[in-house]
Amino acid sequence: MSPSVPLQEMIRAIRSARTQCEERGVIQRECAAIRAQFRQADNGGRSHNLAKLLYVHMLGYPAHFGQMECVRMIASPRYSEKRVGYLGAMMLLDEKQDASLLITNSIKNDLSNSNQYIQSLALCTLACMGSAEMCRDLAPEIDRLLRASNSYIKKKAALCAVHIVRKVHDLGELFTKAARSLLTEKNHGVVHGAVVLITELCERNSETLERFRKTVPDLVQIMKGLVISGYSPDHDVAGISDPFLQVRILRLLRILGRNNEGASDAMNDLLAQVATNTDSTKTVGNAVLYETVLTVLDIKSESGLRVLAVNILGRFLLNNDRNIRYIAMTSLQKIVGTDHNAVQRHRGTIVDCLKDQDASVKRRALDLSLALVSASNIRSMMKELLSFLSSCPPELRSQTASGIFNAAERYAPSQRWHIDTILHVLTTAGGDVRDETVPNLIQLITNTSELHCYTVHKLYRALLSDISQQPLVQVACWCIGEYGDLLLRGECQETEPVQVTEDDVLDVLETVLQSHMSFPSTRGFALTATMKLSTRITENVDRIRSIVSIYGSCIDVELQQRAVEYNALFKKYDHMRAAVLERMPVIEKNSQGHINGETIKESQTVKVKPGEPQQPANQVCDLLDLLGGSEQPLQPSPALGSTAPPMPVSTANTVGGDLLDLLGGLEPTPITPVATVTVYEKDGVTVTLSCEKQSDSGLTVTLTASNSTESDIRGFTLQAAVPKSVQLHMKAPSGDSLPARGAAKVTQMVVLNNPNKVNLKMRLRISYTSQGSAVQDTVQIDSFPGLGQ
Amino acid sequence: MQFMLLFSRQGKLRLQKWYVPLSDKEKKKITRELVQTVLARKPKMCSFLEWRDLKIVYKRYASLYFCCAIEDQDNELITLEIIHRYVELLDKYFGSVCELDIIFNFEKAYFILDEFLLGGEAQETSKKNVLKAIEQADLLQEVRYTPNHSHVWQI
Repeated sequence: MSPSVPLQEMIRAIRSARTQCEERGVIQRECAAIRAQFRQADNGGRSHNLAKLLYVHMLGYPAHFGQMECVRMIASPRYSEKRVGYLGAMMLLDEKQDASLLITNSIKNDLSNSNQYIQSLALCTLACMGSAEMCRDLAPEIDRLLRASNSYIKKKAALCAVHIVRKVHDLGELFTKAARSLLTEKNHGVVHGAVVLITELCERNSETLERFRKTVPDLVQIMKGLVISGYSPDHDVAGISDPFLQVRILRLLRILGRNNEGASDAMNDLLAQVATNTDSTKTVGNAVLYETVLTVLDIKSESGLRVLAVNILGRFLLNNDRNIRYIAMTSLQKIVGTDHNAVQRHRGTIVDCLKDQDASVKRRALDLSLALVSASNIRSMMKELLSFLSSCPPELRSQTASGIFNAAERYAPSQRWHIDTILHVLTTAGGDVRDETVPNLIQLITNTSELHCYTVHKLYRALLSDISQQPLVQVACWCIGEYGDLLLRGECQETEPVQVTEDDVLDVLETVLQSHMSFPSTRGFALTATMKLSTRITENVDRIRSIVSIYGSCIDVELQQRAVEYNALFKKYDHMRAAVLERMPVIEKNSQGHINGETIKESQTVKVKPGEPQQPANQVCDLLDLLGGSEQPLQPSPALGSTAPPMPVSTANTVGGDLLDLLGGLEPTPITPVATVTVYEKDGVTVTLSCEKQSDSGLTVTLTASNSTESDIRGFTLQAAVPKSVQLHMKAPSGDSLPARGAAKVTQMVVLNNPNKVNLKMRLRISYTSQGSAVQDTVQIDSFPGLGQ
Repeated sequence: MQFMLLFSRQGKLRLQKWYVPLSDKEKKKITRELVQTVLARKPKMCSFLEWRDLKIVYKRYASLYFCCAIEDQDNELITLEIIHRYVELLDKYFGSVCELDIIFNFEKAYFILDEFLLGGEAQETSKKNVLKAIEQADLLQEVRYTPNHSHVWQI
């Protein structure tokens, strides 16, 4: 066909346009001309016009008015017009357009045309954009062509059938028989098409897969022919005979050999042969080797073959070509779970790939490295990972940090190492760590009491050098608040102690408070830490007092609230200050199953434990071992009254707590107490107790709490313990908040059963949050009114 | 294969072949984003990248990027070979092909691609056979086409 002069002229005109605007002008004029031409009768230039339109479409301009022209051209008797018409159909008509159905008939006719090139156009178009309807209509035609035509058409029909099966799964049945017979043909194109078709059929339907397993010997035969045969000029690529066909056959073998001993055995020798004989100097050889490795690792191959495959991957890892290294790591990732030891042997090379320039390779190397960390290599791996963290691309930092934390948690050889590692990550990539890192680290620190001095020293030094990394600053503030006295003591066994005065420490905290880099939550940490220090230092309490009162008028509401509350603590409740601010108890690590930060509302919709009492989160839950039932530990929150919302936790600290659920309504059953005695009265919180005998050994105790202070109390809970032989059932409390000035009370019922008639005692633990600080108190009740004991 | 895109270093699309049904708008969006992503890659980087849930295989030949999106189970290395084979076919047909050949004879580029790939899979693994088929089809259009003509129209 002569080059389309009109087309090429138009292309030249468009390309010579100097601005976008000019180009649009040219195109508008051309499109108008094309539209006019379409409306006219056949003038011999139709194919040129449509070609012009397709070019315009490729530049991104609308071309839908050409759709009908495509339909008309496809029906034309002239080959040149058919060719461009079908091309237009593939570009402008997809199955979503209604017009696509109009060409079904034309395609049908062309499929039976005597000229194979016209048949070919129809097949190509059907395989590219055929909708499910069109496929259903034309499937029998395709099947016919699969059986009785020349190899040129057969190979195309096979791939067309693949498209049909993808669109309409049921039609797979139709092609099964024909596919089988195509395998015996000599023509490579036909065999290739047949293999692709069989692969598709087997992936869709397991019954078909069973049937095609019988073809394994034939496939092995064909592969052998390709691998061993001499030079075949038609299909040779760099010394490999028809690598495209080899790869497809290997993939089909993989599917057929998966989970099947017999089939896997039959292909063992062949795979070994391909693995050893394929030349791996060029990409094409490596492509075949890659597919072989994938197949070996996926079927039930014998161990020698597996080792061979992993070794090939090891060789790939050392290849100069970056693509090959990437491929190797992707494959190793797939088997790191099952063949862990084999992959471990290549750990060194993988870790080296962390230093590769390419981001894709780095990512793969990171994934693999994290999977290869184990107890024996944790120290050396961590060194590599930490140095990677300092130089890795920003999009990988968060993943690296979490990976490091996970690995450290699982395999930390010592507490100090663990803390050091976390601190290192916080100093290098503090901005990219997840939110729960701060509470996790704090929990870890409180648990290693012997390292408190060391930790606070390290954190203090870190804070002196850099206050921009928020998680680090938050943890540092918290530690200085908690363990400031250790810092001031000036002695430390684990590390060089700092000689600081109280003023220095307060300076640091004030810097954090005033810095524009600090987040509001960080400043909250700093303020609370400053407050805590008031009980741990001796001379500069006035300075703390003034800091706290200044922040009483801070714009940030949270800070202001805290400052006001702390101020109140100084002014009115100075006697309580020491108790309120004393050292935190050890926080227990909770199990994975816990919900973090859910609202109160959500906990009430959970059917199992209705009306769960809220606990101030920073509390140790193990009650006294008088109780048989163990309590589920809580997720700690890092600071007193921090911004983390309260968490629902089962504190059904009873033996046989399930019984509670069957019994439990949200309202306690109304029992008028007979006689009431006050068992606890402190800081404006009063708890009274009354009891009523239910039976010879059974007793119902009602506890009532009220709050006479000026501020509301939240998270009020009661826990009880009784002597071993006594059975205790705590019913759900009426609520957990005590509004100020006794506006409302909280009642909770406790059912006791004392079969052995032992001397009844009860220890009661009261916990609540008031003015942002958590309070916990214990009281022992030795006598119960109305029991005559 | 889900689709193949050819684009210049300035991001201009020279050929697009889609084997999955997508609306025009979606195609434009994918093209725009993918072109940006690939053009941002440095010269020595890996030819493979993960983009959305697809594997992208690309290679640069002179001023043109050849970019294919393949599925999870497809072999990346053989896709590189497919791209290379297509370039060889174009080269043989046009005689030392350059970007301008593909611009001014884009419909030919499509015809050649359609003789090599069908429905996203390779249909003919012999270079000779593909070229022979194209030759015959061209003859059918009754006038013999001489490839070198294309150079006359260069700017």
